[in-house]
Amino acid sequence: MGKVMAMAGTLAEKVWRDHVVRRGEGGAPDLLYIDLHLVHEVTSPQAFEGLRLAGRQVRRPDLTIATEDHNTPTLDIDLPIADPTSRTQIQTLRNNAEEFGIRLHSLGDADQGIVHAVGPQLGLTQPGMTVVCGDSHTSTHGAFGALAFGIGTSEVEHVLATQTLPLAPFKTMAITVNGELPPGTTSKDIILAIIAKIGTGGGQGYVLEYRGEAIEKLSMEARMTICNMSIEAGARAGMIAPDQTTFDYLKGRPHAPEGADWDAAVEYWKTLRTDEDATFDAEVVLEASDLEPFVTWGTNPGQGLPLSGAVPHPEQIAEENERAAAERAIEYMDLTPGQPLRDIKVDTVFIGSCTNGRIEDLRAVAKVVKGRKKADDVRVLVVPASARVRLQAEAEGLDRIFTDFGAEWRNAGCSMCLGMNPDQLQPGERAASTSNRNFEGRQGKGGRTHLVSPLVAAATAVRGTLSAVADLEWDTEVDLTSFDGSPLAPLDPNALMHV
Amino acid sequence: MEKFTTHTGTGVPLRRSNIDTDQIIPAVYLKRVTRTGFEDALFAAWRSDPNFVLNNEAYKSGSVLVAGPDFGTGSSREHAVWALKDYGFKAVLSARFADIFRGNSGKQGLVAAELAQEDIELIWKALEAEPGLAVTVDLVNRTVTCGDIVATFQIDDYTRWRLMEGLDDIGLTLEHEADIESFEASRASWRPTTLPAKHLPTVPIEAARPVT
Repeated sequence: MGKVMAMAGTLAEKVWRDHVVRRGEGGAPDLLYIDLHLVHEVTSPQAFEGLRLAGRQVRRPDLTIATEDHNTPTLDIDLPIADPTSRTQIQTLRNNAEEFGIRLHSLGDADQGIVHAVGPQLGLTQPGMTVVCGDSHTSTHGAFGALAFGIGTSEVEHVLATQTLPLAPFKTMAITVNGELPPGTTSKDIILAIIAKIGTGGGQGYVLEYRGEAIEKLSMEARMTICNMSIEAGARAGMIAPDQTTFDYLKGRPHAPEGADWDAAVEYWKTLRTDEDATFDAEVVLEASDLEPFVTWGTNPGQGLPLSGAVPHPEQIAEENERAAAERAIEYMDLTPGQPLRDIKVDTVFIGSCTNGRIEDLRAVAKVVKGRKKADDVRVLVVPASARVRLQAEAEGLDRIFTDFGAEWRNAGCSMCLGMNPDQLQPGERAASTSNRNFEGRQGKGGRTHLVSPLVAAATAVRGTLSAVADLEWDTEVDLTSFDGSPLAPLDPNALMHV
Repeated sequence: MEKFTTHTGTGVPLRRSNIDTDQIIPAVYLKRVTRTGFEDALFAAWRSDPNFVLNNEAYKSGSVLVAGPDFGTGSSREHAVWALKDYGFKAVLSARFADIFRGNSGKQGLVAAELAQEDIELIWKALEAEPGLAVTVDLVNRTVTCGDIVATFQIDDYTRWRLMEGLDDIGLTLEHEADIESFEASRASWRPTTLPAKHLPTVPIEAARPVT
């Protein structure tokens, strides 16, 4: 490790090579070492039970960390959890963590939160690592140049017992995003546009590497949003080469290396770039300057369009399966072909999740809603991804901006992204959501989801219909530079009107 | 894990693409801490529709699911595989599977057989023309037989071998414990550990409450 690789390789291949415990023989997969295993309450109980039945221990509790996130309520966190099955599942995690000696951040702890927010904020997610979790959005950690992917419960048990995973080889896909993002667009719009372009199966079998000028300019948090949704493009993992932005983010975090270790780490991290002469199995190119705020109209994340568009006419879709899927989605979503997306009225706006529940997302929303009132009849839920994010937001006064706006300010967790806790849509309710999946019933049985960026969510909460920030009245020139953490031109409402 | 060589059972035509794991098993059913007993949760939202295929008597006892492309997308929940198995499915046929779902299937002895979409269409037609028709999934020869239709399918060699032998992955890996130990000895010392725990500054947490 740390030495220059003789063979040309992509970022993903380099991280893979540095983790091979044993090469597979005769068609068997390579056995890879896992540097960090993140655990939560939903996909772990059966894995711990498996260990117990086989009389096995956790091999490396010191490479394992657990938090409570999927089931946790976002209200009354100081009271016993009302739902008995949620309570049991969380209690089961607490018992397992105790029995197997695993660090757990429970509800009420300052480091509790969505597992994909907790790893990075503690500095546990670092470049060149292998990171796994029984959660498909583990791809988030790829933003640091880690090879990070979701696993099933059998694999959770496997990692607990052996700290390794047998993994079939993958192909590599370069996704290059050139140019600069236009004002009012964010990294969420980049990833929604990518998914619409390559489809929900386009990344299957690949590790994606996001690169290009637009990606390099993004903050770490914005990069996490992109890598987070690699799975919605069908890819188990998405990665971005570590650079100065990555190092600056990590420096000084509790688990980041210090002193001479820091220097050794940075020296190694700097080698984690795709070599000039390395080749990808597939390449996709996007121009950031072509992007607009993007929204989904259907029931899979690939069914998305620029906000200026209209609900498609299924009869114009040539491919039979896609046409049938569009027909079904339009019926489920209760939309009309040809209907402008901007005319769609929502009942709920959800701001949060491992996709867009970090501090920069909340700052961006606050900037839009400050001094405004939410639309009547729209319920606005703001759920920070972690307790730390919540504390930070409160220290900056963002919570007051949200509550003055008419939004509900909640405690940290996955919340309405998947509706395992009481935060759910009612049947027939429609949401603009900064989360990652618009599947039928994802946010509550019969609920309808439009995936949007935090900026679109905020503007939608103001107007009550799917909207961009450019659709709002702005009294003064507002500086949009820190929206999404990426450098954007100052907002000129006139210039934005065409967006 | 039970050994799988060949299975014959009622085929169920599920003419939908992009069947995500939230449809296979909605999140509300994931709160259980057991590994079995998920049969009621399979396609829970769709089963309330009387026209759903599994509500048709002829298909009710199906054990071979024939689905559209991109089956098992979305969440990594292995509960999706458990629910299919608990219901009685032994194999799923599709033109394309999501990577994590395919991996989970292999660990649990559910055969995820990748067929050409044209063959899926032919099998759909046969199953709809004659509801209750049996489908044979032959893992040894990698073929699917349904009436007069004989199609080949793809599954990776290693998964096929493990399914046919009924092997437990953890046991296989632990045979190489010496390799794991020597790898661990070579890891850079600055790699992070979760223990001893280091924290950001400690702050007391009070529950956020709705503003009245």
